[in-house]
Amino acid sequence: MFSAKQYLLAQSLEEAYTANQKRTATIVGGMCWLKMGNRQIQTLIDLSGLELDKITQTEDGFSIGAMVSLHELETNTLLNQAFDNVFKQGLSPIVGVQFRNCATIGGSVWGRFGFSDVIAILLALDAQVELYPSGVISLQEFLKMPYDNQILVRILLKNQIQSVAVQSHRNSATDFPVVVTVAAALPNGSLRLVVGARPQKAVLVEQNLKLNSSAEEVKTQLAQTIEQISFASNMRAGADYRRHLANVLLNRAITQLKEGENHAN
Amino acid sequence: MNKYVSTPVRKRDAMSLVTGQPVYTSDLLPAHCLTVKLLRSPHASAVIKNIRTETAKKVPGIACILTWEDVPNVRFTQAGQTYPEPSPYDRLILDRRIRCEGDPIAIVAGETQQAVDTALRLIKVEYEVLEPLLDFTKALDNPILVHPEDDFKALCDVGADNKRNLCSCGINQDGDIEAELADCDIVIDQTYHTLSNSQAMMETFRTFTQLDAFGRLQVTSSTQVPFHVRRILSNALQIPKNRIRVIKPRIGGGFGAKQSAVSEVFPAIVTLKTGRPAVIEYTRTESMTNGSPRHEMQIHIRLGADKDGTIRAIDLHTLSNAGAYGEHGPTTVGLSGHKSIPLYGSVQSYRFQWDVVYTNTMSGGAYRGYGATQGIFALESAVNELAAKLNIDPTVLRSKNMVKQGKVMPAYYGEMLNSCTLDKCMEKAKAMIEWDKKYPAQQLDNGHIRSVGVAMAMQGSAIANVDIGSAEIRLTDEGFYILLIGATDMGTGCDTILAQIAADCLDCDLEHITVQGVDTDVSPYDCGSYASSTTYLTGMAVIKTCEEIRAKILSQGAAMLNCEQENAEFDGAVVRNLKDGTSVALSEIGYVSLSGKYPVVQACVSHTSPVSPPPFMVGIAEIDLDPETGKVELVDYAAAVDCGTVINTNLARVQTEGGLVQAIGMTLTENIQYTKKGNLINHSFMQYKIPTRLDVGRIQVEFESSYEPTGPFGAKSIGELVINTPAPAITNAIYNATGLNFRSLPITSEQIAMGLLKKQTNG
Amino acid sequence: MQIELKLNGRSCKADISPDMRLFDFVRQQGCASVKCGCETSNCGLCTVWLDGTPVLSCSVLAVRANGKEVTTLEGLQAEAAEFGAFLADEGAEQCGYCSPGFIMNVLAMVRELKDPTEQEIQTYLAGNLCRCSGYQGQLRAIHRYLQTKQEASHE
Repeated sequence: MFSAKQYLLAQSLEEAYTANQKRTATIVGGMCWLKMGNRQIQTLIDLSGLELDKITQTEDGFSIGAMVSLHELETNTLLNQAFDNVFKQGLSPIVGVQFRNCATIGGSVWGRFGFSDVIAILLALDAQVELYPSGVISLQEFLKMPYDNQILVRILLKNQIQSVAVQSHRNSATDFPVVVTVAAALPNGSLRLVVGARPQKAVLVEQNLKLNSSAEEVKTQLAQTIEQISFASNMRAGADYRRHLANVLLNRAITQLKEGENHAN
Repeated sequence: MNKYVSTPVRKRDAMSLVTGQPVYTSDLLPAHCLTVKLLRSPHASAVIKNIRTETAKKVPGIACILTWEDVPNVRFTQAGQTYPEPSPYDRLILDRRIRCEGDPIAIVAGETQQAVDTALRLIKVEYEVLEPLLDFTKALDNPILVHPEDDFKALCDVGADNKRNLCSCGINQDGDIEAELADCDIVIDQTYHTLSNSQAMMETFRTFTQLDAFGRLQVTSSTQVPFHVRRILSNALQIPKNRIRVIKPRIGGGFGAKQSAVSEVFPAIVTLKTGRPAVIEYTRTESMTNGSPRHEMQIHIRLGADKDGTIRAIDLHTLSNAGAYGEHGPTTVGLSGHKSIPLYGSVQSYRFQWDVVYTNTMSGGAYRGYGATQGIFALESAVNELAAKLNIDPTVLRSKNMVKQGKVMPAYYGEMLNSCTLDKCMEKAKAMIEWDKKYPAQQLDNGHIRSVGVAMAMQGSAIANVDIGSAEIRLTDEGFYILLIGATDMGTGCDTILAQIAADCLDCDLEHITVQGVDTDVSPYDCGSYASSTTYLTGMAVIKTCEEIRAKILSQGAAMLNCEQENAEFDGAVVRNLKDGTSVALSEIGYVSLSGKYPVVQACVSHTSPVSPPPFMVGIAEIDLDPETGKVELVDYAAAVDCGTVINTNLARVQTEGGLVQAIGMTLTENIQYTKKGNLINHSFMQYKIPTRLDVGRIQVEFESSYEPTGPFGAKSIGELVINTPAPAITNAIYNATGLNFRSLPITSEQIAMGLLKKQTNG
Repeated sequence: MQIELKLNGRSCKADISPDMRLFDFVRQQGCASVKCGCETSNCGLCTVWLDGTPVLSCSVLAVRANGKEVTTLEGLQAEAAEFGAFLADEGAEQCGYCSPGFIMNVLAMVRELKDPTEQEIQTYLAGNLCRCSGYQGQLRAIHRYLQTKQEASHE
């Protein structure tokens, strides 16, 4: 557990940002990860007072406040209707409902952890990250940025996805994923494929597959492209198995999309 | 007719527990209790060159900081065993030499957590870091010595030699094993490996201590062995036992972990030094890194049989990893052979050899199954491999060879088997899972494979001639009874089970028996709750005590009625004069017994058993295996159990379900790993994955009761037995699905998927 | 720093340190039912409700409960006894150490999910570990409890 001397319930993003410029200050999200360290913190900055715990529909999609809990993402009807229940299916394997009531989307995204199911899903949906003060950038770009002293304010999603499916493998229920994969189909039939928990950060799989590509084509091209992605070993699994799993799970995710398509037709 | 025995009586403490009453150690702390924490070694092997505590001692609120110079220089064991303990005396409270990661360096006590945490950060330690000995297969006669000290002491002849890293060794045999094996048509010659496992009871180790009004050390602890804790503290602190009192409140699970005095010495020495109440509460990480887990074992088996499937010879060698200290090392290893080999009555000759070695890994202890689990995984896996080689159904092979009632068991101390329904358990389990329909496997439309696998198991019931159970019953002035026991209910329900036995023996309502848990000043001596002894041993003590108190009640009742005892009868409520029909109520007898005219009506009887009758079971696993990912899902588990008479049908069922699930974790997910430097990686619930409710599938439990003549109402034990079948049964099911033999636990989806890929590539 | 909240229906003011966990706060306030079983948010023993939502009190700052309503099993004694009786009738409470957190989450589930399927029940409760019972008796107790409630609501 960390220790902290002061607590600041920020009244504005500016106030939070200013306080966060000190190295000894930190923003407390869901606290699930932060509490596992032994940091000695001067000031805890809390964004709870900034109405960032809401999911709102925008003209062309959704705006999700940084303090929205994972369980809210999982149970929000409009969001799950818009995205094929991918949040419900993709987040429910994370630890337990009490944990997901604590953990926040802001914390999950800010951490940029390799094991994150949340990031893998959002990357497939081509999410954007709103930072204070620098503004909106793509999640893909954000994942490459070094940790800085900005504030993660919101996650923005556009209704640009036809369908999406998530497939993960865990050594036991509620554990971190050994590999998580997400497949999303765009309106023009092209695919956005993501592999996460490699165990490094989630990445987009480069390919030119279409939703109507044959199963054989999908299999052949995935086998080739996944060969180009780097995987590593840790206590949960070895690199070779992860590569194999990524292949299996992405094929399944694409099959799931196709089946959904057939069902809809 | 029994009113309570063999019924599903609710646990006496159940409603307190489910409404969250403050009944556990940490809920009962005295006011102004000092918080005690330990500075622990980050190194697996080191010597403390220098340790500086001056700055830390100046932190406001710090009451004391102790280092190796402040503790008695006398070695002891923290194993909770009957004296003289087979576990070597190889430990100091704080030692200059560090033998595993987390070994304590300093004890810090202070008014608040914050003060203690601050002080812990300010202690400066200079280590001479040594190369650790981590591979237990290379430990024997390794130049690196874990216990080079000259004051190492083994009280019993267990084959210990600290100058060879040897905690224990030995051999036990019957017949000419080499000749028998040479004469067999087929010999399965394989080596099996099981890792250490953490008991992971929900309440971590914790203890608080204080001085009572007489200046004695009063210890309240989450322990399975209060009387042993009294002796261990006496040894460690070098104070007489009569200066120590140990109290056991409700405890949040043990599974053997709390058969070692893991946490007691630390607050105890603080209280002795400061005169203040003190408490230590282990973190989960401490509990997992410096607890008392299952011993890692490597078991080499040669199993000889004829072509027709007759098993003739078993040669079994166990190498056990004691880790840094020898708690339960010499004894757990014994069960790996003594509680596996006797399953096969057909065996003409066997040999069982063992070596238990010290390494710089975490020190082992007692965990449910206590070595039998490891031995049975190895032997039952070897038998399944034999069945596959001979192309015989493994259930049929077992039915042909299994031990039967009436048989003398040479590998089980020559005991005669008085009660056994293993054959019926096999038939029952097969029917429960529909074995004949499902064996060995079937391919599903989704590409998955459904398969089944089988194993048998046994355990003991108490340690013959060693364990002691006692009970004391007092008749009160209102005619209800107080039952005092030294056996420790750790959630298993023995307070209730023993009351059920007493109520039936005394022909009274269960509500008329008040059970008092353990306080070493008050309870009769009992070795504690371990070795599957409580129901079997303390249960018999209760029966004997009831017989004695009934005789006293009858005697006093007859005297009060002015009649001969032969002409009087006690029916549980009244003593009646059979000649004239007059009677005197139990409450009156109770009241008058305290008037000074008659002897007080109470009885205290202890019991020990010359035999340790084994309970038996058959377990069959049905799995769903995804060959592409290697994922194994438990679909169904059928358990048919012979624990003799079932005393409490609910509690026996839940014991079985709980034991099976722990073993499912051991088989598939509980994976102890170390860094190259000997630091434990899986020291939290985040990294050491015990099963969740989504990991276990359906579990069916049925009882095939035999009647054990030496047990209470015919009962044997159940608590440990039930952890022994899942590992070999699931391993067998995985083989039946994939054709792959796994001989090392846990079996991960990675091993399965990669094994199948390799098999495909090799054609 | 000062916080003011409702704990089991009673108003409560306290001076706390900014890094105090809600777990330590409620125990300090006498809610001994709340247990701690790990340091990694995995076990579910410390489950309490924050404004009616089940959370891990080990992973919530006490200061974040400021102005809110906190509920522990001490505040739900009648319901705890009602559901607990089903658990006791299975012998599935065993050591009882996980029972309060488990029951808090069962009671939260009953409020959040309508007629949950077995799969939904198991998923909702997956973050509540139990090492004694093997979970089967807990599930039997939940089924019987839900059935009894349903029958009662039809009467």
